[in-house]
Amino acid sequence: MNLGFPLFPEQASTMAPRVDALFYFLVAVTIFFVALIFVTIVFFAVKYRRRGENERPAPIEGNFWLEVIWSVIPLGLTMIMFVWGAVIYFDMYNPPDDALEISIVGRQWMWKAQHPEGQSEINELHVPLGQSVKLTMTSEDVIHDFFLPAFRVKQDVLPGRYTTLWFEATKAGEYPLYCAEYCGTQHSGMIGRIVVLEPAEFQKWLSGGATGMSMADLGESLFQRFGCHTCHRGAGTPQGPALTGLFGKTVKLEGGATAIVDEDYIRESIIDPRAKIVAGYQPIMPTFKGLISEEGLLQLIAYIKSLSMPERAQSKK
Amino acid sequence: MSKAETFRAHHFNDLEQQHSAAWIGMWVFLATEVMFFGGMFACYTVYRYWYAQAFGSASNHLDVWLGAINTVVLIGSSFTMALAVYNAETGRSKPLIYFLLLTIVLGLAFLGIKFFEYYTKFAEHLVPGSSFQYEGPLARQAEIFFSLYFAMTGMHAVHMIIGIGLLAALVLKARRGRFSALYHTPVELTGLYWHFVDIVWIFLFPLLYLLGRHL
Amino acid sequence: MSLPEIEHREHYLNINYGIRSWLLTTDHKRIAWLYLLSVTFFFFIGGLFATFVRLELMTPQGDLVQAETYNKLFTMHGVTMVFFFLIPGIPAVLGNFLVPMMIGARDLAFPRLNLASWYIFILGGAFTLTAAAAGGVDTGWTFYTPYSSIYSNTHVALTVVGVFITGFSSILTGLNFIVTIHKMRAPGMTWFRLPLFIWAHYATSIIFILGTPVIAITLVLVGLERIFRLGIFDPALGGDPVLFQHLFWFYSHPAVYIMVLPAMGVVSELIACFSRKRIFGYTVVAFASLAIAVIGFLVWGHHMFVSGQSVHAGMIFSLLSFLVAIPSAIKVFNWTATLYKGSVSYDAPMLYALGFIGLFTIGGLTGLFLATLGIDVHVHDTYFVVAHFHYIMVGGSVMGYLGGIHFWWPKMTGRTYPESWARLAALTIFIGFHLTFFPQFVLGYIGMPRRYHVYPPEFQVLNVMSTAGASILAVGYLLPLVYLIWSLRYGTVAGANPWGARGLEWQTPSPPPTENFDRTPVVTEGAYAYEKDPEEIYTFRKPAHV
Repeated sequence: MNLGFPLFPEQASTMAPRVDALFYFLVAVTIFFVALIFVTIVFFAVKYRRRGENERPAPIEGNFWLEVIWSVIPLGLTMIMFVWGAVIYFDMYNPPDDALEISIVGRQWMWKAQHPEGQSEINELHVPLGQSVKLTMTSEDVIHDFFLPAFRVKQDVLPGRYTTLWFEATKAGEYPLYCAEYCGTQHSGMIGRIVVLEPAEFQKWLSGGATGMSMADLGESLFQRFGCHTCHRGAGTPQGPALTGLFGKTVKLEGGATAIVDEDYIRESIIDPRAKIVAGYQPIMPTFKGLISEEGLLQLIAYIKSLSMPERAQSKK
Repeated sequence: MSKAETFRAHHFNDLEQQHSAAWIGMWVFLATEVMFFGGMFACYTVYRYWYAQAFGSASNHLDVWLGAINTVVLIGSSFTMALAVYNAETGRSKPLIYFLLLTIVLGLAFLGIKFFEYYTKFAEHLVPGSSFQYEGPLARQAEIFFSLYFAMTGMHAVHMIIGIGLLAALVLKARRGRFSALYHTPVELTGLYWHFVDIVWIFLFPLLYLLGRHL
Repeated sequence: MSLPEIEHREHYLNINYGIRSWLLTTDHKRIAWLYLLSVTFFFFIGGLFATFVRLELMTPQGDLVQAETYNKLFTMHGVTMVFFFLIPGIPAVLGNFLVPMMIGARDLAFPRLNLASWYIFILGGAFTLTAAAAGGVDTGWTFYTPYSSIYSNTHVALTVVGVFITGFSSILTGLNFIVTIHKMRAPGMTWFRLPLFIWAHYATSIIFILGTPVIAITLVLVGLERIFRLGIFDPALGGDPVLFQHLFWFYSHPAVYIMVLPAMGVVSELIACFSRKRIFGYTVVAFASLAIAVIGFLVWGHHMFVSGQSVHAGMIFSLLSFLVAIPSAIKVFNWTATLYKGSVSYDAPMLYALGFIGLFTIGGLTGLFLATLGIDVHVHDTYFVVAHFHYIMVGGSVMGYLGGIHFWWPKMTGRTYPESWARLAALTIFIGFHLTFFPQFVLGYIGMPRRYHVYPPEFQVLNVMSTAGASILAVGYLLPLVYLIWSLRYGTVAGANPWGARGLEWQTPSPPPTENFDRTPVVTEGAYAYEKDPEEIYTFRKPAHV
């Protein structure tokens, strides 16, 4: 029914119908119990209304089986809600392996996105239809939140850390993007849009404004510019471990602990090199804190990731 | 019996009810103090787990001997406090006052040593904030250690100052003959408080001073 | 301040006149009045902030106030309502007045601490109002770091000091109630003969004691970080802003049970009296209050499902959050069952109680949406959450508060209020409430985030509906202010027990003497023994000690 204003959000992702189905279940349970209580109260209040000043109702202590029934049934219903919701949540936090990876940097009060091919956007994100997309996000200042109501997903964006969010769009069109964690004066102005394009359209858009340098290319130029290659080259040097094929592996650290080489580990190692040193190496890497922007860090990470991908490694100059 | 009655507040039925109410009340209050310090211990636990190396290194900048002396001083003051309570229970007013004063002196000694430590930290540029200086790459994490050090020992010191104030008030009351074998509840309750503050320090000392030490 | 004399009998209001006799009182009943005046004041201040928020939200653009002002308005609305109305609310007003009376005591265990708790409350309020007058604070009542500790340039430190101080008021009240309930029950008043109002306040006091100190230390740390740059939550130092959220919600979730448990206690009293029956499943309801208090400490992470917290932690918190809902559901069923074969009357307090059950049921069920991980990801930080908590806090706690004020008004003042006006107010509040907050569920699901000063135009119609409802709600709240004050002078004089209730507080004159009972009551039956006469339940023995 068209009232001129929306009463329900659009479904534009693979997750949306799943979330909505669970939502309808809870709405049904809610309506049922609200109606049950309301009708029962009105019925009892009318049927047993006070008819004389000296009425003395007989005392009723309680009923064990009633207590059991109205504890067990709600418990059962809530456990269904829990499991159903937990399964959806688990899937929300497990992006498919073949997801297209896009970087997001939030700051007061705007969103910056960068595609692996190097294309940058501000307060907008173009994505292809029918392809899962994984966002790796960080903030330059306070906590923000990347919220896409039409896709039913949101995730807090934190300073000093990466968080991720993934979706697969199922309908072409434009959808709102909101910041959903209060972040200061222009919090309600930190909005934008997601543009979902058919795959062919998306390719056209990508090549339309590209600089020619992908994120990994940009990362590689930073890698050269900051001298990383002097210690981290080829099969590694006595000064620094090799980075080829390293992303995603587990490494042994000085002191016995292990770490997985993920985005957070690489970011930390650039900013705080002595926090988690690989076993067998000296703490000699200088810190680059303050010298490289969050976008730059994401580009370096994209480059290091590319060293774990066969085609990329072979095409090294 | 009428002497006892003079100590009973009007809303209680008898002294026993009044005393037992005061006792429970004090323990409930100490439970709130456990939760209060507990919040800081929770922060400490999280950061110590993440930044074990930095915490170990920063802890070495604290003077373990001054900390150890302070621990002995404070345990000693708990002993004198317990003696004060004993003398209150047995109605011996002069020893009561004497041990209260001794406890105050030991408490002041603790605070004196503590503030001397704070002063040296200030001189070494180890107070978090714009003047913080720390050698090495673990500086940021060490700054968190020192923030917790000052917050936790500072909050402890505030509690000690309040405790000394309470003890001083007890001395004044004792000198006016307010306490006897029949009625000495404020002394007992202050004793509980003082012992609690002591126990908090017993936890703080190893967690802050003894990390990463090879003695 | 003096009230017209009810009779020539001496009671707690006329035993002493003059400002000193009020400001230096240790009588729990007078302290309850001090709190009543203060929390009413803060309620209308918080309401004033809300008025500006809803006025601004009538249009999508920010045309009434600037963004920074709006952010201060919603923050101050939250801080005032949560810390200075809802948390003290029922315990400090009705609890202080009634706990000693319901158990047959002459006062609380620590009357001077009780007075101190009021002064501490006022001091904390003064700090916070000063912060407001000096320009306000714009962090949201949740003070998330690093915005609050580093980036905001408003009066954060002053506000957190105010809230910190007020926390001690809560702690002292909780301490007083626990000791009083343990140690000062009249002869024969065993635990399972206690009114459910007492059980509710006991459970609430456990939360006061164990929860409040944690937010106290958390706010101290934020204050230190702000004033001395002592980075504990500062990410630039390796500090964790999510750690702040854990510490904050560890208190602030149980805090919502501080707000609702006392209201549930009131509702139990009202349902029993106005059905003339013992509450169905008394023991179950009593234990349900304790269960809510205990489990309520284990669910704080449900505010943090998208915060970056681990998925497994999220699952545990979700499971526990469903478990904490069960005792509340059990209570609703038990209250409903109490009406069965009862003798039900529709006096205003009962209308508030029934309204509470309706609104709390909706509010509680919408809480399940938020406990459900897959749904919460979508509705977190949207108006869905705003609607949910207002249903519980306003639809629940405020209704319970007003129902209690009306029910015990004759006891507290010796006057009855005008019943027709009271029923009209109850109805107006019920209708105005739904109109204000139901549209917000829809707004939330379609994606309107909370704390938004401006919003996309498609959200306007629902926002206008909500503001229209708020204007009706405002009228509903102003009505009792007027007629209750009117009744102080012109209301019919009330007897000791105008409602025919069975609680011990009704077995003494209205208003009560300062010592509550002229003779020590001895209890021989459980609460709500409506099938018996009061004389069969209580006897009074030789004069109490004075």
